[in-house]
Amino acid sequence: MKLRLAWLYPRHMNVYGDRGNVIVLRERCAARDIGLEVEELGPGDRLEASRYDLYFLGGAQDREQRLVARDLTAQKGPALLEAVEAGAVVLAVCGGYQLLGRFYRTAEGEELPGLGLFDAWTVHPGPAARRFIGNVAVGWEEGTLVGFENHGGRTYLGPGARPLGRVLAGFGNNGEDGGEGAVYRNAFGTYLHGPLLPKNPHFADRLIALALARRYGQVALAPLDDALAWAAHRRALRLARRRPILERWAHVLGGVLSWQRSR
Amino acid sequence: MDAAVLAAKGASLIVRRLGLGGGTALPGLLALRLDPALVPRLAADLRAGSVLVTGTNGKTTTARLLAGMARAAGLRVVANAAGSNLVRGIAAALCQAARADGRIGEGERSLGVFEVDEATLPEAAALLSPRAVVFLNLFRDQLDRYGEVDHVAEVWRRAAASLGTGTALVLNADDPAVASLAGAARRPTLFYGLAPGSHCLPTLEHAADARWCPACAGELTYGCVHYAHLGIWRCPECGLSRPAPHLEGSLEEGRLHLRLPDGGRRFLPLPLEGTYAAYDVMAAVATALALGLPWSAIEEGVVRFGGAFGRQERLVVQGRHVHVVLAKNPAGLNQVLRILSQRPAPLRLALFLNDGLADGRDVSWIWDVDFELLSGRVEWAVASGTRAEDLALRLHYARLGCELAVEPRPVAALRLAIGRTAPGETLHVLPTYTALLRVREVLARWAGRPPFWEEAEP
Repeated sequence: MKLRLAWLYPRHMNVYGDRGNVIVLRERCAARDIGLEVEELGPGDRLEASRYDLYFLGGAQDREQRLVARDLTAQKGPALLEAVEAGAVVLAVCGGYQLLGRFYRTAEGEELPGLGLFDAWTVHPGPAARRFIGNVAVGWEEGTLVGFENHGGRTYLGPGARPLGRVLAGFGNNGEDGGEGAVYRNAFGTYLHGPLLPKNPHFADRLIALALARRYGQVALAPLDDALAWAAHRRALRLARRRPILERWAHVLGGVLSWQRSR
Repeated sequence: MDAAVLAAKGASLIVRRLGLGGGTALPGLLALRLDPALVPRLAADLRAGSVLVTGTNGKTTTARLLAGMARAAGLRVVANAAGSNLVRGIAAALCQAARADGRIGEGERSLGVFEVDEATLPEAAALLSPRAVVFLNLFRDQLDRYGEVDHVAEVWRRAAASLGTGTALVLNADDPAVASLAGAARRPTLFYGLAPGSHCLPTLEHAADARWCPACAGELTYGCVHYAHLGIWRCPECGLSRPAPHLEGSLEEGRLHLRLPDGGRRFLPLPLEGTYAAYDVMAAVATALALGLPWSAIEEGVVRFGGAFGRQERLVVQGRHVHVVLAKNPAGLNQVLRILSQRPAPLRLALFLNDGLADGRDVSWIWDVDFELLSGRVEWAVASGTRAEDLALRLHYARLGCELAVEPRPVAALRLAIGRTAPGETLHVLPTYTALLRVREVLARWAGRPPFWEEAEP
């Protein structure tokens, strides 16, 4: 069996360990004798929708995101939308996730057009606003997802998209509604950035299974020895859950201090 | 009597007596609390001025090299040698050097050599009005703290533009993000860079950051990649290219051949391995030249360089050779792995990954590191630190083909690694920053060496 993955804009959208996801997909396929061919597509390259089973988009800084937004909406957008309607699997993290929404309003107020694959939009509340940074844990339909988030933009979902999961610890889409990420058909967007799949082997396998099912019909994936991956998952979960407790105390402490000041 | 200085000295003494560490942060904080204007006040006594060294990698080594050169030239050096590189660390170093009356003696011969955190640079430059600022390189590092690499570049641009006219800029010509600071600063600039050679890599490393033109955002092309995004770069779109370095080095069999700004040619030994170490030497030499130090002092500083703590440090522990190399971000760790990949196999490794505040909470960066370079060359590896499991998982997917142990507790991991290394053999220890502090302390004790803050003094 063979699958083909299009890694979109690897040189532009590659902030912090994003390629971990591609490595893990490739290695988990290889362990089951599935050949995963990875092709890198940059600005200007034509996207042939029927060619790929999986797509991956990483994170980006604002500057690179601007360059990519133009190419994505004008060049590759229509083909990618068509592929998703036909059941192709998409994983987009952080900046890639933002670009797949309707638009991204930057800290300076500039509005970058998005692809509109997700019924979602992202607003950066300004350079002075707090960045959402830290370990995250998310309740997903097939267990928990763990990762790290680092974003200034707040993403809001419209009725056409549903969140990937519920925030158990961390901020998620916007720090308000408890949602994390977005799902539309087999396309997944999330703020769990960088190497999300290594520590979430069940999510990696879900993506592989969806891609295989589209091409070959239902295929049972042979289980792998994931003791290390689950150990890392549990560690990340513990770290993510520790933070709210600290923050609760910080709040109490802050209260005491402000009470003293007001006296 | 100077209350702030005395308080800092007292706090430093107490912290060390109680065995709480080097006492390099708390005394500075305390002194600044008592006297917020402490840094410019004490620094005014440094009649030979001060130098700031900043960049992602190589700050400590470069600052130490430069301090050695200055001492060889007969200057008295005040330095934050233990690596506390925020304003509090500078304050602590100044207090340590000051007398009880708040004056730094031998002022006319005193030179401040301070390594400065990337984000702290603007504040430190405003407080110290330095004679020279050295920018080494800009790589992805602790993005959970700095936000984006571009953000640090912007902070530097603004800082460079606001420097006084008396401040010389020493810039790495091979790093596009650093070289472009010359345009922002409009002042005397000394560029250093490395000539192409057999060390050139065929393509940019995965973790390369500044691959876009600082002027027009076009994609840069490289005639030679030294490492990460450092090399002979050029923008095909607007024609901007690597400035011709005033000080150019080339690597020749463990030696550095230098073409000086005046056209002279000199050789220097390389005190540390790896292309990245050659950059630290060039940066220190360029700065020393900008300060007007004589060549004899520059040479002596390099020859007598004893290494900075945990940077390619060698210890002998129970008959085993233990080689400790700090590795805290992808560009640095890739360099270390390149050095190791040229060592005779099989290698024995103890790796430590912490996610403390000073390391960065985000450990995603290990996926930008090319551990695959060591595939088939490692006999066994121990993964340790607060994120030992993440590290082990990265090594697993890199298919090193070696035995892999996971032991999050650092002392137990060291014991395990040393136990598995036969006497006479070499163990390579690669820790992140906070892990280094712990690992170095334990190893030094086992090897009968003093703690780092004592070694940090000349």
